[in-house]
Amino acid sequence: MIQLEQLSKFYGSDHDAICALNNVDLTVPKGSITGVIGVSGAGKSTLIRCVNMLERPSSGRVLVDGQDLTQLDAPALRKARHDIGMIFQHFNLLDSRTVYQNIAFPLELMGFDKNAMKERITPLLELTGLSDKKDRYPSALSGGQKQRVAIARALASRPKVLLCDEATSALDPQTTASILELLREINQELGLTILLITHEMEVVKSICDSVALISGGELVETSKVGPFFTAPSTKLGREFLEEFLRIDPPKSLLDRLSSDGRDKPYPVIRIIFNDDNVASPLISQLARSFELDISILQAKIEDIQGYTLGLMIAEFRGDSAHVEKALAKLSDMQLSTEVLGYVD
Amino acid sequence: MSTDMMALIGHATLQTIYMVLISGVISGVLGLALGLALYVTRPGQILACRPAFLVTSAVVNVGRSIPFIILMVAIVPFTRLVVGTSIGTNAAMVPLTIAAIPFVARLIEGALNEISPGLIEAAQAMGATPKQIVTKVLIPEARGGIITSITITIVTLISYSAMAGAVGGGGLGDVGIRYGYNRFEPLIMLVTVAILVIMVQGVQMLGDSMVKRANHK
Repeated sequence: MIQLEQLSKFYGSDHDAICALNNVDLTVPKGSITGVIGVSGAGKSTLIRCVNMLERPSSGRVLVDGQDLTQLDAPALRKARHDIGMIFQHFNLLDSRTVYQNIAFPLELMGFDKNAMKERITPLLELTGLSDKKDRYPSALSGGQKQRVAIARALASRPKVLLCDEATSALDPQTTASILELLREINQELGLTILLITHEMEVVKSICDSVALISGGELVETSKVGPFFTAPSTKLGREFLEEFLRIDPPKSLLDRLSSDGRDKPYPVIRIIFNDDNVASPLISQLARSFELDISILQAKIEDIQGYTLGLMIAEFRGDSAHVEKALAKLSDMQLSTEVLGYVD
Repeated sequence: MSTDMMALIGHATLQTIYMVLISGVISGVLGLALGLALYVTRPGQILACRPAFLVTSAVVNVGRSIPFIILMVAIVPFTRLVVGTSIGTNAAMVPLTIAAIPFVARLIEGALNEISPGLIEAAQAMGATPKQIVTKVLIPEARGGIITSITITIVTLISYSAMAGAVGGGGLGDVGIRYGYNRFEPLIMLVTVAILVIMVQGVQMLGDSMVKRANHK
């Protein structure tokens, strides 16, 4: 539904131009929810704004439903934009209009008459749970309610695509969850294709089908969400995942942890379990087969759209040859392990 | 105070109201248009046009830097062209209006600058034309600021209109100078000033209450 081909964007003059996007290729399939994730300044905002030409790409093509938007003149682009809804981090509602009038805004632009507007808006108010707030002004609404109005407004023109520019970044976790829930509902019920950008793995984890990782203006990894979370293929992907899964070892452990194995014999190991082995009684097997005392210091399990991911920090106590063997066994099983340090 | 004097002051009050209202309305409309032009032609804006912006901006600055009393006599030929005479209340209205237009334009531009750029972007993302952005986003969203600008302008016009006497325009300021100052009649001076104060208070209160109703922030 959305195809970005060799998309580049430079700011500034030729000589000292800053590259915001560098030859990005991205395909968003019809009916999917695709998330672009990256740190601030990675170029994700430029990327999403290129999709509806709020930002004109320096080169490359932007196809939405087969139409190349970079080739359109102003009137044709305005018409094409009716098929592309967008919501923003700061909602961008008109303060001078009520909830109902805000949702009516895109319809006014398209020249709808009053009755046709009402027919469109009433179900949207119901969908977003705003029926009782339709005559309120935005100043009387909470952040979550404002984003609901923005979503209803974006849907009023019955777009084929919804762009979400950090749509939940200004919201608290609970409100974020309810907005994401609404987006997923819209995706499933209306079959709307959604492209979102975010810096939060939580957002990708809860609603995206596919994820694209962007860094320094380049797309470094694209993947289905499940595989991305269990086995990211790039270093940056692993860093994002670790940040997301991050459990800080307890302070009491850090105090006695030494980076050198010579004076302290027992390793402290971080293990990431993936879907295949999270359920197996691995720790007790290791303890038995290699005569080890394994003490679990910390552990966490995440469910990501049916994929299970586990993270554990454990202390392996026993004969050093046996510990070596146990570690070899873990890596044989394709588990990601890391020695954090040593204790005595 | 004699009844003659009271009639004189009553007449002068009406002249002041007449001058201020007419020049306020005309300069309000034209200043709004000019302020919008300044805003939308600024580089990076919806109808960005650097030459147009620079010229408009320079004209506005020149207009604002000429002292009113000089402007009044300098544009006498133009005044004669517009109202057919260079003396009297109507003649005084022309320089009042001309002086107020760039003043309003800058105030309006300032009010428009208060609008979040995100709103314009959202409207563009929904396929709004520049004209729709002006009529459906800029003007309604800046309504409070626009009313404030007009209020400030009217208050300024009330004070400027005191100089209208220089071209025989009449009004309260003129009575205050001729009777209160030149003939040294403190009572008349006091009454004219008091009426001006009341007018300014009234305009400000009316403006404030309109802004309060216009703003839903």
